[in-house]
Amino acid sequence: MKHTFKQIFHSGKFVLGFCIFMALLLLVIIYPIIVTDDPLAIIGQGTFFPPGIYVNSYDSIDKPSPYILNLPDAAAKRIVSKLSESDRQEMKDWLLASGIPENEIDTTDTAKLMEQWETNYDPTKGLGMTYAKQRYYQRLDKSISGLLSPEGKIIAAQNPDTGILEQVGVINQSDYVNVGEVANVRVLMLGTDNFGRDMLTQLVKAIGVSLQIGIVAGLVATAIGLTLGLLSGYIGGWVDDIVMFFTNLFTVIPSFVLLVLISFSIGQDKRGATTIAIVIGLTSWVWTTRSVRASVISLRNRDHVNLSKLSGHSIVHIIINDILPYIASYVIMALILQISAGILTEAGLSILGLGPRTTEVPTLGLMMNWAMIYQAHILGKWWAYLPVLVAIALITFSMNLMNTGLDQIFNPALRE
Amino acid sequence: MKGYRKYFLNKLIWLLVTAVFAFILNFTLPRLMPGDPVAAIVARLAQGMSSSTGMKEVYEQYAELFGTNQPLLTQFFIYVRNMLQGNFGTSFSQYPRPVADILRTSLPWTIALQFPAIIVGWVIGNMLGALAAYLKKGFDKVLMPISIFVSNFPPFGMAVILMVLLGVNLKWFPTSGGYGFDLMPSFTWNFIWSVITHYQLPFWSIVIIAIGGQAIGMRSMSIYELNADYVKYSRFMGIKDRKIVGYVFRNAMLPQITGLALALGTMVGGALIAEIVFSYPGLGYTLLNAIMGKDYPLISAVTLIITIMVLLATFIIELLYGLIDPRIKAAQSD
Repeated sequence: MKHTFKQIFHSGKFVLGFCIFMALLLLVIIYPIIVTDDPLAIIGQGTFFPPGIYVNSYDSIDKPSPYILNLPDAAAKRIVSKLSESDRQEMKDWLLASGIPENEIDTTDTAKLMEQWETNYDPTKGLGMTYAKQRYYQRLDKSISGLLSPEGKIIAAQNPDTGILEQVGVINQSDYVNVGEVANVRVLMLGTDNFGRDMLTQLVKAIGVSLQIGIVAGLVATAIGLTLGLLSGYIGGWVDDIVMFFTNLFTVIPSFVLLVLISFSIGQDKRGATTIAIVIGLTSWVWTTRSVRASVISLRNRDHVNLSKLSGHSIVHIIINDILPYIASYVIMALILQISAGILTEAGLSILGLGPRTTEVPTLGLMMNWAMIYQAHILGKWWAYLPVLVAIALITFSMNLMNTGLDQIFNPALRE
Repeated sequence: MKGYRKYFLNKLIWLLVTAVFAFILNFTLPRLMPGDPVAAIVARLAQGMSSSTGMKEVYEQYAELFGTNQPLLTQFFIYVRNMLQGNFGTSFSQYPRPVADILRTSLPWTIALQFPAIIVGWVIGNMLGALAAYLKKGFDKVLMPISIFVSNFPPFGMAVILMVLLGVNLKWFPTSGGYGFDLMPSFTWNFIWSVITHYQLPFWSIVIIAIGGQAIGMRSMSIYELNADYVKYSRFMGIKDRKIVGYVFRNAMLPQITGLALALGTMVGGALIAEIVFSYPGLGYTLLNAIMGKDYPLISAVTLIITIMVLLATFIIELLYGLIDPRIKAAQSD
């Protein structure tokens, strides 16, 4: 036993898979201790806030800032961020119309564009444009000169007695706040989803729930497969015939179809995560049954089993002591594969709208389903689907690496 | 040939038995659904209708139409008779469109997409797997981790990644539908080109997933065969390497064919979900809409068609396998 473990942990593939899996498991266990928020709490008003650090603007202008930093490129940076892509395009159009050659205009070079605009723009020139267009350019010019003005902004508050706005402070362009001193700062490492929920918190919870679903599904499938395989392999006869009939039947009838039909029949309200896990387990025992039966048949007539029979041991005793140890390694490998398959199946079901009901816990499949429904992939909101896919891929990849590692240890033919 | 006929009959009977079970499962499972689908339809239709006797009349009319007010056993016989006549009833969610009509428009898309994709994936995967086993070293070291990773990637995930990379960012291919939304199906060059460009992303996302799984299986089979005694014996005999590889490949291939027959159901299931990501107008997308609309005649028909397709494909693969593998003829003629 000790030797086997030593061998297992010498396999590079197994160790790599094991490390990835343990890292995920640690994340699932430790993260909720640090961040105690409800993973399904809706914190954002709006959809798909990009990842980043969110600083409360109210808190940051509340008190007069003691920090003044004179940074030379601050103004330039401010203009770059304020000038939108369409504004730049419009500026280019005006400059073109006023006779500047196209190769001299670069909308990505803000400083040069601004300089050209300032020297060339003349609000009195019509350039044959419609009146509305001329007005637009006048407004644009005003906002651009607004960007360049060095004055600060005044904060005003309504006097509760008179209802008149009164100046309470001025924010200058060189004022800064220290993020550490702002009362409300929220780091949304993966932004928010379509409902405005913190993606990271939700993702960690979903990984945990999906792992549970996988483990329950895997255990159910392996338990059924092992029992049926042992019965049909060891007892044989009509038991074997019946078991094999159903095994063959459910091998060819796609389990996907059964899953769809069963989860649809259960109905949205009764579909909890555990129910889905059990249903997945109930539809995926076929492979384990087949392989266990095949191994048991090859073991059935070995000398040590016959000896045990002659000694008068009961069937249960023989199965536990003389057969199970020989197929244990295989059963564990099958369990690992079943767990990873269960997680993938749950995700597939959820995409079809047949996953666990949506109000209690997130699962990786449900998160994927929401991202798809709200078209995160088409809108370019990568943080809503990519982390989910990466999580699914990491879980299944790590489990299959462990499985391949074990396979190479127990099947010497596959060793490198 | 007598042995093969016996094998053929054996497989044919098995096909019929599984088909009967597929019918029973397809009929019973959706009907266990809580809630009355007819009531749901009537509720939708009767919005704005104020008299309750009018509602009741509409309800009874629909219940009669779908046969839902009769005992389950009678319903089953009505169902089987209708199925065999190709009459799948009327869709609830797209009423009054018959289910058979919906299937007729979506089935060709799925067949044209999935079978070529699965076969191409299977062939490429087997070639890569055999190469990895034979070349070993660098090629194997690179191919194996990639294959394991890809084959464990959810099929819809591959679809999303391909779509975002090639469809949304690079704009090489359209991201959804079976053809341009502004076109009418016709035999014009414009339409055919549109179909071809829309075909690429769903096709390759299914192919890539299939390649991964097949390559892993073929690699282990080939390694197993390469270590077999007959290979060593052939080497001692001085038979050329290329010829030995031919033998090895053929022997490793046989279990892969059975493997394909057994894995077909899973592959089709995954591919149906990939279809959904691309809103491809096939069975997967129809199934999604049926589930959304709680449309049990349509769900039942789609799942039945999928099952029958998989059963038939498995049957054909097994027949071919019987022709290829000499052991089957030998075993059956004993």
